[in-house]
Amino acid sequence: MSTAPTKSALLQGFTRPWIWAWLAAALAFAATLGLTSGRGAGELAYAALSFGAFAAIVGMGQMLVITLGPGNVDLSIPATMTLAATLALKTMGSDPGTAMLGLAVALAVGLAVGLANFALIYLLRLPPIIATLAASLVYQSVAIWSNRGLRIKPPEGLADFATGRFLGLPNVAWVGLALAIAVWVVLERSVWGRWLLASGQNLRAARLAGVPVEAVRAATYVAVAVMAALAGYLLASFSGGAALNMGGEYLLMSIAVVVIGGSSIAGGNSNVPGVWGAALFMFLVVSTLNSYGAGAGVRNLLTGAIIIAIVIAASTRRVRR
Amino acid sequence: MSFLSRHRIILPVVSLAVLLALTFWMQPRAMSYFGLNLLFNLAVPIALATVAQMMIIMVNDIDLSTGAFVSLVACITATFLNDAPLTGVLILAALVLSYAAMGAVIHALDLPAIVVTLGMSFVWGGLALFVLPSPGGSSPGWLRTLMTVKPPYIPMAVAASIIIAVVTHLLIVRSGIGTVLRGVGGNAQSVARAGWQVTWLKALAYGLAGLFGVFAGMALVGLTTSADANIALRYTLLSIAGVILGGGEFTGGKVSPVGAVIGALTLTLAASFLSFMRLPPDWQIGAQGAILILVLTARLLFARKGPAA
Repeated sequence: MSTAPTKSALLQGFTRPWIWAWLAAALAFAATLGLTSGRGAGELAYAALSFGAFAAIVGMGQMLVITLGPGNVDLSIPATMTLAATLALKTMGSDPGTAMLGLAVALAVGLAVGLANFALIYLLRLPPIIATLAASLVYQSVAIWSNRGLRIKPPEGLADFATGRFLGLPNVAWVGLALAIAVWVVLERSVWGRWLLASGQNLRAARLAGVPVEAVRAATYVAVAVMAALAGYLLASFSGGAALNMGGEYLLMSIAVVVIGGSSIAGGNSNVPGVWGAALFMFLVVSTLNSYGAGAGVRNLLTGAIIIAIVIAASTRRVRR
Repeated sequence: MSFLSRHRIILPVVSLAVLLALTFWMQPRAMSYFGLNLLFNLAVPIALATVAQMMIIMVNDIDLSTGAFVSLVACITATFLNDAPLTGVLILAALVLSYAAMGAVIHALDLPAIVVTLGMSFVWGGLALFVLPSPGGSSPGWLRTLMTVKPPYIPMAVAASIIIAVVTHLLIVRSGIGTVLRGVGGNAQSVARAGWQVTWLKALAYGLAGLFGVFAGMALVGLTTSADANIALRYTLLSIAGVILGGGEFTGGKVSPVGAVIGALTLTLAASFLSFMRLPPDWQIGAQGAILILVLTARLLFARKGPAA
């Protein structure tokens, strides 16, 4: 069906699904700079990398779950972020030198949430959408109860780390980058990754071929929750405290970056670089519209239109069904 | 097939009955015309939104824009429909048509519905902010009268729910076209082989969803008398939960309109029930999630007894 043998290397590059997200991000970047005639390029890139890192981390988690196949999606990401951040900050209590303790608490929350989600899906046979949705209400309650409206500041060292930079790049972007490499290696070079893709492409065939399907699903749901917890921990440290609505925008964001990034929503096909490109794009498009003076209404409208346009573009370029 | 798996409607009916009995037991005064009206007042827009979501789930898709769409309709109802009824009606009709167009495009280009509706939720939300940048507007008088009418014996909210359930049951379960629409969810290919244009059928299903979404937004404004751009955002998740609670499945065109309405009533009642329990406000949301999990767990009874289809 394809004309691969005659294609040049450049053309092949354009058939990579992730290239579109990066092109779109570059376009949005250029559009903003066009307005300032090139000034502030460094600051804009820095901000995009900082804010994009959070979207990229939760997006990679969501990508793993979506790769599991139709019907698999984690709607508890915002609640997990809030709960992990709240409990971590409460444990640290702004005391210096507790950053690692807080991180451990956040990751433990992620582990517990992931196991709970999977228990609902596996033991009670709930559809993942409903299971994670119902469970997220419980996590939200626990977060409200333990937070009680207090805003605890992160320890100073941790706040400095989360807002700091290393070799000119934001530290949170380094974390996101390291995670992206780890996820890519697991997906492309490890047997777990192959199992995950196989399960997503055809669950029945994978099971018959001897893939421990349920173990793969369990690990995936734990992985997304741990990533969401990490993102929550970093975001709270970055923004000077946990807030109950801090995860809100990341529900739709996590799904959007997966799809714009070129992963198949039908599962069985994932794409790590695309998630990063899409995360940068989602931040840049908002900042572009902001700098052109668009109001909240126009901004939302165009964001939605762009998401749909990208999905349509991605589908018409698709050669296989 | 066991008795339970053949009569899936039993589960939502029993859960609603149990929850209602518990509510009456804790607060006997709720067992009155006025009390029932108060308990189920906000159920009417939620039931309509749930039916809208059901139309989409019926054809194997999922609609993440229900909440934003209902909010947009509420904003238009509270502004245009009140100030310039003809313009308002035209805008609402255009919205229904655009929903139908969305369904046709999703099918024709083979797009993932979850993503397109996600994108549309931004679009609806943006339009809503455009129409009503800050909370306000007011309900048209006739709509307010309709939503607060006091029929004899049966409270308005209950009567309206019964009407919605009966009408959608006739439309989806009894009518020929309803059967074909459910067939699209069951096996779109065989429906196409039977000579139907699946693109048009999907457009019809989405158009119906848009229509019920419009009704939901109007009913909501009739109750609250004003609107804002975020008024119904939680309806997206509520409506999905309501469909599943009512015995629907995400795939295969297995939906039950009566079940969906009952599911919406159960969700509304769960919130009222928890406030009667004098639960600390911190735990209200969590308890709602726990009730949801509990009721859905009962589905195991239905899934395990029957042999795999």
